[in-house]
This record gives sequence, C-alpha cells and structure tokens, in this order.
Amino acid sequence: MDLLFPLAYLLAAVLFIQGIRRLSKVRTAKSGNTLSATAMLIAIVVTMAIISGQAAWPFIIAGILIGAGIGLVAAQRVEMTQMPEMVALFNGFGGGASALVSLSLFFSMYLAHEGGTYRFFTEGAPISSASSGVSAILGLVIGAITFSGSLVAFLKLNGTIKGNAFSFPGRNAINAIMLGGPVLLGLVLCFTHLAPATVMILMLVVLGVSLLVGVTATLPIGGADMPVVISLLNSLSGVAASMAGFAVQNPLLIVAGSLVGASGLILTQIMSKAMNRSLGSVLFKDFGGATADRGGYTNIKESSAEEVAMLLEDAQRVVFVPGYGLAVAQAQHTTRELAQLLEARGTEVAYAIHPVAGRMPGHMNVLLAEADVPYEQLVEMDDINPEFKQTDVTIVLGANDVINPAAIHEKDSPIYGMPILNVHESRTVVVVKRSLSPGFAGIPNKLFDYDNTVMVFGDAKKVLTAMVAEFKENA
Amino acid sequence: MDTVTIQQAMDAFRPLSVGLFVFALAIFLGYELITKVPPTLHTPLMSGANAISGITIVGALYCAQAEFAFLANLLGAAAITFAMINVVGGFVVTRRMLAMFGGRK
Repeated sequence: MDLLFPLAYLLAAVLFIQGIRRLSKVRTAKSGNTLSATAMLIAIVVTMAIISGQAAWPFIIAGILIGAGIGLVAAQRVEMTQMPEMVALFNGFGGGASALVSLSLFFSMYLAHEGGTYRFFTEGAPISSASSGVSAILGLVIGAITFSGSLVAFLKLNGTIKGNAFSFPGRNAINAIMLGGPVLLGLVLCFTHLAPATVMILMLVVLGVSLLVGVTATLPIGGADMPVVISLLNSLSGVAASMAGFAVQNPLLIVAGSLVGASGLILTQIMSKAMNRSLGSVLFKDFGGATADRGGYTNIKESSAEEVAMLLEDAQRVVFVPGYGLAVAQAQHTTRELAQLLEARGTEVAYAIHPVAGRMPGHMNVLLAEADVPYEQLVEMDDINPEFKQTDVTIVLGANDVINPAAIHEKDSPIYGMPILNVHESRTVVVVKRSLSPGFAGIPNKLFDYDNTVMVFGDAKKVLTAMVAEFKENA
Repeated sequence: MDTVTIQQAMDAFRPLSVGLFVFALAIFLGYELITKVPPTLHTPLMSGANAISGITIVGALYCAQAEFAFLANLLGAAAITFAMINVVGGFVVTRRMLAMFGGRK
C-alpha cells in the first residue's frame, strides 16, 4: 500500500505532461485539456486519501464547494471578448492560493504549539527543514506578487484602470528594495527562533509588501504590453505552486508547477519577440505614452461606410486586420457577416493576425473562432506580409501600433524594429477607428497620412453594420 | 568533534536535492514539450496551463489538517477556495474555447 499513493501521483504527473503536450496541437488540444483535468481530479482525490486520517473535513468541503461554484459560474458566464481579463483573474487566484498555503504552513506550527516548543525544522513539523522554510517564503512572495499583479492586469484589461502607462521616478529601485526586503526578512525568520506572535506579524508584513510589489510592478506597464505580462504572470503562478511543492515536499506539485512555469516562459518569449522588445524593457523601461503626440497629420482623408462598400464591390482580394478595437466593439460577428457577403461575390477574403494583436496571446484567434471564421482564413504575419501587394482593400479594425510603418522607416521611433503587418503595401487601406488618438505606444501613426489610406471614424461594429446594410442594398 | 559520515551528509540533503532534480528536469521538459505552438492555441494553452497551476490545491489540502490550529485551517480553506476557482474556472474556460475551434471541421 505504501506504493499506491506515490504511483497515483506519478500517474497524475504523466497525465499533466501528456495534457500540456496535446494542448500544443490543434487536433489534440481538446483531449489534452480533458487529460489535465483528469490528472487534477486524481491529485485531489489521492491527497484527500493521504490526509484522510486527520483531515479537517468541514474546511475542505466548504473550500471545494465554494471555489468550484464560483469558478464554474464565472467560466460559463464570461463572454469570449472578456477572456483576457478572466484568464488573468483565474491566474491571480492560483497565485493567491500558493501564498495562502505558505502562510498557513507558518501559522500552523506556531499556533498549534504555543509556548514555542515546536520549532522550525523539527521532525514532524509542517516546515521540517531549512529548504522547505525557504521555499515557503518564496512561495509566499511569488504567490502574492502573482495575485496582486494579476488583479491589476484584470482591472486594466476590463478598463477599470486606464491602460496607459503610469510611472513614478525610481520605481525600479523601489521595487527592488521592496522585493529584496521580504525575501531577506523571511530568510531571517526561518533561521531564528522568535516569539510566535512576532513571526506571525512579520509574515503578514512580508505578505503585505509582496502584494504591494505586484501592484507597483504591473501598474506602470502599458496596455499593449499586456500579452507579455499575462504570460509572465501565468509562468509565476506555476513557479509559486512549485515553491509550495518544495515546502510540503510533494513531487507532483513541483512537477506540475514547473511545467506551467516553463510553458508560461515560452509564451512570454514569443510575445516579447513579436514586439521586438526584451522582457527586461517591457518590465523595467517606460515606453512611449508620455508625450501622447496627437497632431502632425497633414493628409487625412475621411471616408464613409457607403464609399467603402462601393470600394469593396470592385475588390478581388480583401484582407481584414483585427485589433483590440474589434474586441472592444464586439464586432467579430459583423466582420464575419461582411466577409461572407464578399465571398458570395467571389472575392477572396483573409484575416491578418499579428502575434500581439489584442490583449493576450492568441486573443484575435479566439474572437474570430467564436464568430465561426474558418481557421484557414486566419493568416499569420510572416505568411500574409508578402501578399499585401496583391491586395485591393485592407480593412483595419481597431488595430494601430501593429500596422505603423514607423516601425520600418523611422529609426528614432520607440517601435522601430517591431515586426508589423505591411498593410500600407495594399492598394487601398481602410482604417476603421474611433478617433485619431494614438495607440498604446502613444505615437502618431504615419499610415493615416499615406495617399492610399482612408479613415472611417466610428465604432467598428456600427461601421461594419452600415457596410453590410449598404452591401445588401446594392446587391 | 563529531564526525559526520558521507551517508549522513547525503541524507540531510536528500529531500531538497531530489526536489531540485525534479524541478529542473520538469522545467526543461515543459520547455521542450511546447516550443512550437500555433498562434491559434496561445490562448487555450495559457488558460489550460493556468488551470494546472491550481495544482497548489494539493498543498492547500495539506494545510487543512485537524492537528493544525484553527487559523491555519482557515487559511487552508481560503487556499482551497482560491485554488478551486483557478482549477474549475480554468478547465471550463479552456474547454469552451477549444469547443469553438473544433466546431467546424
């Protein structure tokens, strides 16, 4: 029987590995998710069996029912357009859970044995060795940063906090001190024998400062960098779980946590690369935004839905470029409707997907999939860029920085070198946008001045609806 | 002076060293598993991996033991709640997203 539980844990670990592997291919992704969920169920049941002798069942049952209920309702109600903030929120709860685990481990031993006879690193104590003490501190710090950082990301993504970069002088130095402080304090706590009450208070200080670091580190990061930040927070929640695994010396926790840590890191790399920025510059450098240069346009040509509809009637090939504005306007279904009308006339239609369009990795793919856009029509940047020259009309829906030719031509531009969609090479570019205000980079878009660009001002959904109506009328 | 045998020294490090081995190997494994992910799957992969990070529920359950103090149990219950939101919410949301991709094949 001694082998049963470890083997069950091993089975869960293997299922997690298979699950993640299958999630990286379209064909197998669904089964991958099911495998991971099964592994989780095994992990929970086995852990319950292990502690069943001394389990505090009322706490366990209450926690499971409340948590599962909230998670289920939230996951079923959320709109596809709100997916980025929902993922950020769930991620925050994962990090928060790891922080609470660490806190509980420290509290458990001091409160259970008042008078201080039960010291750290003694046999049978919840924290029985120096390594698990250090891990618990790291789990507390990383978990708390993940929690508050994800909450800030959530608030930024749903618009409660403005997405603009907000910064203050010396923030990196302050954050470094605030990050180093709790870790040092925690290490000191691990190796000294202070009064239980003092330890508990100091642990709460560590928690509080870590939460603050999560806020001050995430707040200054602009909305356009959100895909990078969300991926990184995702990675951190895995690392926090791994640390909790070291603290309670559970190999399954270590394995699953580090798998998540690694996968989050890969996504972070992909996202940083797509913006031509290093992870360090996303996190530590102020970016654009500050000047908010709105002017300087000399050649803006305003058009209307009617005129664009006429333009589309003669087009052989039309490319849609979705951006965050499409998600905000929830215009994915209307876009699909217009595309279908075009296809019915024999027009070739494609969607150009920039890797960081939107606010999370793959955001546009999810949105357009919801509107039943065929997978083959979503074309990645490198594949579609050579094709813009043969495109009659490119319709930009709420994208801005990812189509700014300044990235190619202007050496002193903050986005110089960032890979963009070369929409300016198509015969006509129609930019549907609410105003001339800059994107998150805070710089003017030279594309708007190009001779082959026309602007249609307004909400993407309303403009598209008008185009669809016009199209049906003329047909 | 007490002499420490090599065996004793090894034993003292065993839990940590095994853990570190597992940690390092799992990170490399995770990295190799998904180096090439199509952009369509970036969101579901992130959200699915996010659900897996709820594995910290194992640690949370460990905290809810009767021999521990009330406050520790209470924190454990809060950790279980948080982790379950992450786990259930994460898997359900991922399934919803993937269902859309599979809808028209």
